[in-house]
Order: sequence, then C-alpha cells, then structure tokens
Amino acid sequence: MVGLIANRFLQLVLLLFGISFLVFMSMHFAPGDPATIIGGPTATESDLAAIRAELGLNDPVLLQYFDYIRGVVQGDLGYSFQNNQSVSEAIATRFPQTLNLAIASMVVAILIGVPAGIISAIKQNSWFDVSSTTIALAGISIPNFWLGAMLILVFSVQLQWLPVGGLNAPFWSIEGMKQLILPAITLGTASAAMIARMSRSAMLEVIRADYIRTAKAKGVKRNAVVWIHALRNAMIPVITVIGLNFGFLLGGTIITEQVFAINGVGRLMIDAIAARDFPVVQGTVLLVATLFVVVNLLVDIIYAFIDPRISYD
Amino acid sequence: METLLNVNNLVTSFRTAKEKIQAVRGVSFSVDKGETLCIVGESGCGKSITTLSIMGLLPDNGEISEGSITFQGQELTKKKEEEMRRHRGNDISMIFQEPMTALNPVFTVGYQIMEPLNLHTNLGKNEKRKRAVELLNQVGLSNPEKTLKKYPHELSGGMRQRVMIAISLACNPSLLIADEPTTALDVTIQAQILDLIDDLKEKMGMGVLMVTHDMGVVAEVADRVMVMYAGNVVETGTVKEVFENPSHPYTKGLLASVPNVDEEDHSLEAIPGTLPNLNEKIAGCRFHPRCPYAMDKCRKEDPPHFRITDQQQSKCWLHEEVPSHESTHKAYS
Repeated sequence: MVGLIANRFLQLVLLLFGISFLVFMSMHFAPGDPATIIGGPTATESDLAAIRAELGLNDPVLLQYFDYIRGVVQGDLGYSFQNNQSVSEAIATRFPQTLNLAIASMVVAILIGVPAGIISAIKQNSWFDVSSTTIALAGISIPNFWLGAMLILVFSVQLQWLPVGGLNAPFWSIEGMKQLILPAITLGTASAAMIARMSRSAMLEVIRADYIRTAKAKGVKRNAVVWIHALRNAMIPVITVIGLNFGFLLGGTIITEQVFAINGVGRLMIDAIAARDFPVVQGTVLLVATLFVVVNLLVDIIYAFIDPRISYD
Repeated sequence: METLLNVNNLVTSFRTAKEKIQAVRGVSFSVDKGETLCIVGESGCGKSITTLSIMGLLPDNGEISEGSITFQGQELTKKKEEEMRRHRGNDISMIFQEPMTALNPVFTVGYQIMEPLNLHTNLGKNEKRKRAVELLNQVGLSNPEKTLKKYPHELSGGMRQRVMIAISLACNPSLLIADEPTTALDVTIQAQILDLIDDLKEKMGMGVLMVTHDMGVVAEVADRVMVMYAGNVVETGTVKEVFENPSHPYTKGLLASVPNVDEEDHSLEAIPGTLPNLNEKIAGCRFHPRCPYAMDKCRKEDPPHFRITDQQQSKCWLHEEVPSHESTHKAYS
C-alpha cells in the first residue's frame, strides 16, 4: 500500500511537470495578449510595453516557464494578472463551492444510480429495467446547460421553490442546501446514468456467477444474496466509474457553474482563459490534475478493501 | 431401507421466446438413507436440471410442470420459496462442479462455512466457530484455524472443494446432492474427494445423489445407477447389474466409451451422433436415431420402462420380451 502511494506520488509529480509545460506553452503561443486585456482599449503602445515588462512577458518563454516552476516548487503559484490576487488564494476561495457541488452531485448520482442499476439487473427486462435503461440513456444524452435551464425554469421561476442560482450560504444551512439541490441534480444526472448502466451490467454478470448459486443453495435469503453476496463483487467497476466522475466534477464544472452563477473553480478557470490570465489558468489546471490523480489513488485503495484478491504489496 | 427422497414422474420445462421446452421428461427415482445414487449421462441430458428441480433452484424461466418430489415424506413441489429456503443448506445440501468459482471471492472461508449455521441454527458465535473448525478437520484440511481466515483465492482447487463439502455438511444434511463434484479436479484429488464423500456418507448416514458423466466415478461410489438420455431415464439398476449386464443400448455405448487398461485389445467406441436438441421432436424412442439396434417399432412408439430384475429397469423395446443378452452385446464389442 505504501509502495502504491509512493508510486502514484512520483507519477503525479511527473504528470504535473508535463501538464504545466503543455499548458504554459499553449497559453503563450495561443493568440491574444494579456497586456491588451489588462490595459484595456485605451492603452497606448507604450502602456502595453510597460505592462509586458512588468509581467515579465518579454523574457524567453522557457525562462518564464522555469521561473514559474521554481515558484510552484516553493508553493507559490504566482499572482493573477487581472487583480494581483495570489493564485492560491483565488483557488482557496473558489474551491469550497466546487467541492460542495461535486460532493452533492456524487451523492445524488450514487443514490440514484446504484439502486437503479441493481434493481434493473435483478429484474432484467421488466418494465422497471426498460424504463430505467431508457432514462439512463436520456440522462447521458441531455446537455447540462439545457437541463439546468429547464430546472431553473420549473422549480425557481414557475414554482419558486428553490433559488435561481448562487452558492454562498454555508452548505449545512437550509439556504445552502436549497442552493445546492438544482445544480447537484443537473450535474449528478449524467453521472447517475453512467453509474446505473455500469451497476446494471456488473450486477448482471455477478448474479450469474457460480458463487451466487452456492449462496442460494446454502439457503441465503433472496435479498441477502443480492445485497451481501453479489453487491460487493459487482462494486469494483462501479467504483471506477464513480471515481472518474468525481475526478471530473472536482475539476470544476464550467457549464453548470455558469448556469447557476456559482463562483467555483470552473468559472475561475474560464474567466482566466478569457482574460489570458496565465498564472490563474496554470494554477487551476494543476489543481484539476492533482485532484484527478488523488481521487484515482483513493479508488485503488478502496479496491483493496473491497476485493481481497487485490493487493499492492 | 428408509426412503429419503422420492421423485415421481418429474417434468421440468423452460419457457423460451418461442415455445416451452422440456428438459426433464417424466423422471422417477428414489434415494434411500445411506445410499448413493449416481445419475449418469452426457452433458445436456437433464441430470443437473433434475437436481436443481429438487433444490428448488431452477432458473427464472424454468418450472416443474408435472410430477412430485417428496423428501422425508414431505412434498417439495408444493412448498413456498421461504419453506424451500429452510431446507436448502440445512437438511438438503448441494455441492457443485466448479470449486474454483463456487466460493465467493470476497468472503473468508470462515464466513462462508458459518453462513449456513447462521441461517439454520441458533448456535452462539463460539459454538459456530468450533463447528467450523470441526468441519474443516472432518474434510481433511490441516490447520483449520488458519484456513478459516483465508480467502478462496489462497486455496487450491482440491482445498476449495473440501471447503465446499464442509459448507454443505455444516448442518448435518440428510441428503447431499453432488453435481459433478470432481470433474474439475486432478485425478489424484478426485479419488480423495470421492473417498471423502463416501466416508462421510457412511459416518453420517446421508443419502447421496451424485451427478456425473464419468463411469469411473460411478464404479467408485455408486450403490445404484440411473442413466439419463435426452431428459429421460433410460436405465436404472444396481452398480453391479448396470456394469455387468447393461440392458439399454445407450448404457452399453457409455460403457464402451470408457478406456479400459486391463484388456489389451480394448478399443474405444464412440456413440455415433449427438444428443438431440431439447426442442427437437422425435417420434418413438428418443435414442433411436443413434441406436445400432433401432427397429421399426422404436421409430414409432416411445418404449415404457421394462423390468429386468428386481432393481434393474430399461426403457428399450428390446426388453419387451425376455431379453437375450447374447445378441444385444455384439454391436459395441
């Protein structure tokens, strides 16, 4: 287990170097000059030159990259071009919203997806199975911006049950929970659908296994056969899907944050890209990559707890 | 001898998209206390379905459409699922063909052995543990305390089958159903497992219903044999009768297809053709297309069971009158 964690950490370091280099280069060679955006439409050529000099944009690109990396290694992600706020601080103020939303969406996705998939599998070809499979397909296909807008239209504008947007109240308060419901459903739907499909197929495979027949032959009750003997075996591929989805959600979900006016990491990133705010783009991308690797490491650790055949020693 | 299990005219059928097909077509037999009955036949002849019908473990599209199964005087086909569940793993237990996959990979051996005890007894935690250790000792696994904590993947095939047997014996069953328990094992391990089942049968006075396609296994453990072909019983008798004086052409074919090292000029004979599909309609005897003795009558009328001796019966027109064994032996020798 320690070996696995060390190994993943090493992978993470190499990955972050690679990603930061790619992002850095693509930002620098992409059209658009941060100075013109910072200076605004009235800036003269000499204003722009001064801004570029101040930001260090006149140095050779590789030198700029090494300067940046030197800072990152020391824990300094740099400062935003737009407002001089430190990038770590910008992320720290935005990340809690994204984290709340990601966790809430995952809860929605798991609570709907896992039971739906399992019931579909044990009642294969029943009306429940057919309708849940159809809904799952729809869930994967519906674009988030449309679903989000429809939910707002119905529950916020028409029925006025839930707020239109924002996510600023603490999540444990009633207001905070109300704010979370619609975005969590919007984001969780696609994940729920994926989890349902995966749970169904994994369960279908497991309930035909010989050891399930053994369990029945021992006199284990029908429900216990499913929820004790089959579920744990079926969970491995499902947890992989949950991990991947959670990784994506943690990276900020640009569209949903935009639709519900949530100041999360996704919005921070998209605003920074629009403003050619290189340090903020870099910082958020590195955050997303790190979280993705960490979540997948957690998934691997969970595997070992679920399935005794998996050992990392 | 006291009759433990009595199956009478069992018909088991499966619903498919097109039609209802019969996998078991009117099978009757009985198993006495302390007796081993072997069901023999090719894959697909209905032997496993017969055992699953007794257990009440048919797949969702399968059902017992006719006949009765009585166990210790109680009719099983009329019982509700919950009542059947209380028999399973308790007084009727079953071991399966594939020891490698028959144990749940995510639970310890201890959990899996103690599970039937949890379900069917009121033993306390320590008593269950003691019983589990006792069972592992009984099936010849050394170091039972340690084995309890192991997972199936840490055991060999033979050890896993011993664990399966321990699980099936946990509640002292009166009837043990073994569906090809040694097919997936090495020959040396096979003999050990068969001896073990035989020993335990003697000690515990169980009735054993063993399914196999291996005539060697039959010779080793059976008291009586029942030969099945395409959903029908074609011959029954004691081991001695069936091996020394096989009366159905199919049984003869099965025996002729077993290698014999004692006879130097013994040549293996395969039975020509293949088992018919379950839904295939065959007029007359279902074996006639493959039978070297088929007569006109065989193509028209399905033969009843003819009694040959007190124990031996054959579903073959050749035995309509007193058979002359001389003539019927030639075709396979």
